[in-house]
Amino acid sequence: MEFFTLSLLNGLSYGLVLFMLSAGLTLVFSLLGVLNLAHASFYMLGAYVAYSLTLVLGFWPALLLAPLLVGLGGVAFERYVLRRVHAHGAQRHKAEMLVTFGLATVLGELVQVVWGRGPVDYRIPEALAGPLFTLWGTPFPAYRAFMVLVALGMWLALWLLFTRTRTGLVVQAALTHPEAVQALGHNVPRICMWVFGGGAALAGLAGVVGGNAFVTEPGMAATVGSVVFVVVVVGGMGSLAGALGASLLVGVLQTFAVGLDAISRFAPLLPYLLLVLVLVLRPQGLWGRRAD
Amino acid sequence: MRTEAAGAAFVLVLLAAPWVFSSSLGLNLLTQMAIAAIVCLSYNILLGQGGMLSFGHAIYSGLGAFAAIHVLNAVVLPVSLVPLAGGLAGAGVALLLGWLTAQKSATTFAMVTLGLGELVAALAWLVPQVFGGEAGVSGNRVAGAAPWGITFGPQLQVYYLVAAYTLVCTALMYAFTLTPLGRMLNAVRDNPERVEFVGYDARRIRFMAVVIAGFFAGIGGGLAALNFETVTAEVLGSQRSGAYLLFTFLGGSGHFFGPVVGAVLMVLANVLLSGITKAWLLYVGLVFIAMVVWVPGGVVSLAGRLRWRSVPRYAAWVLAFAGLAAMVEMVYQLQLRAALGPELRFMGLALDATSGWSWAGATAVLVVGAILGMRK
Repeated sequence: MEFFTLSLLNGLSYGLVLFMLSAGLTLVFSLLGVLNLAHASFYMLGAYVAYSLTLVLGFWPALLLAPLLVGLGGVAFERYVLRRVHAHGAQRHKAEMLVTFGLATVLGELVQVVWGRGPVDYRIPEALAGPLFTLWGTPFPAYRAFMVLVALGMWLALWLLFTRTRTGLVVQAALTHPEAVQALGHNVPRICMWVFGGGAALAGLAGVVGGNAFVTEPGMAATVGSVVFVVVVVGGMGSLAGALGASLLVGVLQTFAVGLDAISRFAPLLPYLLLVLVLVLRPQGLWGRRAD
Repeated sequence: MRTEAAGAAFVLVLLAAPWVFSSSLGLNLLTQMAIAAIVCLSYNILLGQGGMLSFGHAIYSGLGAFAAIHVLNAVVLPVSLVPLAGGLAGAGVALLLGWLTAQKSATTFAMVTLGLGELVAALAWLVPQVFGGEAGVSGNRVAGAAPWGITFGPQLQVYYLVAAYTLVCTALMYAFTLTPLGRMLNAVRDNPERVEFVGYDARRIRFMAVVIAGFFAGIGGGLAALNFETVTAEVLGSQRSGAYLLFTFLGGSGHFFGPVVGAVLMVLANVLLSGITKAWLLYVGLVFIAMVVWVPGGVVSLAGRLRWRSVPRYAAWVLAFAGLAAMVEMVYQLQLRAALGPELRFMGLALDATSGWSWAGATAVLVVGAILGMRK
């Protein structure tokens, strides 16, 4: 019972970090059709920028500023690089993936140039360092609860934005009927730019919150990157509910596997086995609506 | 016609190069380039001909390498045929995995190959009996009978074995582009709906392309196993897959011989550029982004695009890049080589990473280059 409850709580909080990442990825993908291979690099950048800001300003300003800065970086990349690639016509999606793959390479190296090759000492804030409550003698860290709150808050904000506000409607319409929205006087390229920046900011936020709970080091994008792509395929490409479900599934599955001696060796394989299983049995993803 | 001319040049260079670059380093680099050429050409069957962006190509070359080293150690085949075992292993694995990956095109294909690549790389660490764990698997290529006194001990003999495989594989892959299947693969890349409508099965065509690419990648892996006489799990990793993608595209995925140029660049960057600067991958990445945006045809398309009146503009961008590189090198000097002091040499200039003058100079070069480059 003790093992079960704690693993479940840890798994859910890890899953929610995965969700923060896959939400941004799946939003950008379903709205712009761009598969951003540098998404996990924005996560890494968020963690590093937050680390540097924490040294100067403390954690709470960093929580706000770091996602903003990463988001602006995403905006600049969309405006000056990605947008030029849209002109490639039929091969457009391939070119977009290639250019974001290049960005992932560059960011991975840039982080090492600026912050060094080893991990940096990015810590959780003092106020959240202690345990929130103790279950069967094992403390449950307050910071985990904070991560859950941030993720849930993000999910709620996205849901409200896209279902309850005018901006959300314009954004969705701009991406399905660009000409009509353009004709109504909205600037569609600018909307695309802000959506891409928004996705980057969401990844940055996940980095601020996840970087200190896990480790902030140059390999962190690679560690989490392919798992996030698994989540997006398993959940169903472009489905936000699917991203949530698959993130929690992968998070819980992996945490339980790490805890059980018999299968802990195979824990790193589990997300990929899940990927293969889903591809064989339900190629459109667990929550996906259509198979294309 | 241009492809035939390039092919003739390729054969000549492949046969004559070891007499020009006869040093041990030169011969080593040439061997690696010829091997990389096979793998990059096989990758381009997917990327260039089929429009499939694979992030798991190292699965096929890497497992081919492991198969080859085990066959070599078992001494069941003449050494010269060992790479074929690698090829069969690559094709076999592709038969298994290709069925999963070829279901979908473009975006999903990319994500699924990424996942499968990680799966295979992670598996390799779990089965040290086969993959040798940290140390890898070693072999000795001087094994079995030595027909006509060829032992494959000297590097020159290995080079000519590799060159022979490279010639045959390149010819076969070129022939493949001319077959109906090769042409249908182009059609699947350009318009899968139409292919389906005409009555072909796009998935099946993609699947066959993956198997063929897997076969040639496996041969490349087998040759690498013979050349290095040791194979570690690193050859399966996602970084290796990424490198094949990066350099195949840099060379040019639209022209048949583009990947060969990419392979040459790959070995030069891995061996020579990495010796000059620690930030080499950063520069390769920046050049890659610039190529995707402005020169999607890769290096081989540059010659045709070059206009004399644009030369000053290109020069200005090279200048801007040099300014940026100077800054990167100075930051590196401060971060990673702090123990060595702040002075460094950059393209013949003495820079001091702690001096404002060096920074001002680098910034000035960057800004001037960018302003000149942006002028029409």
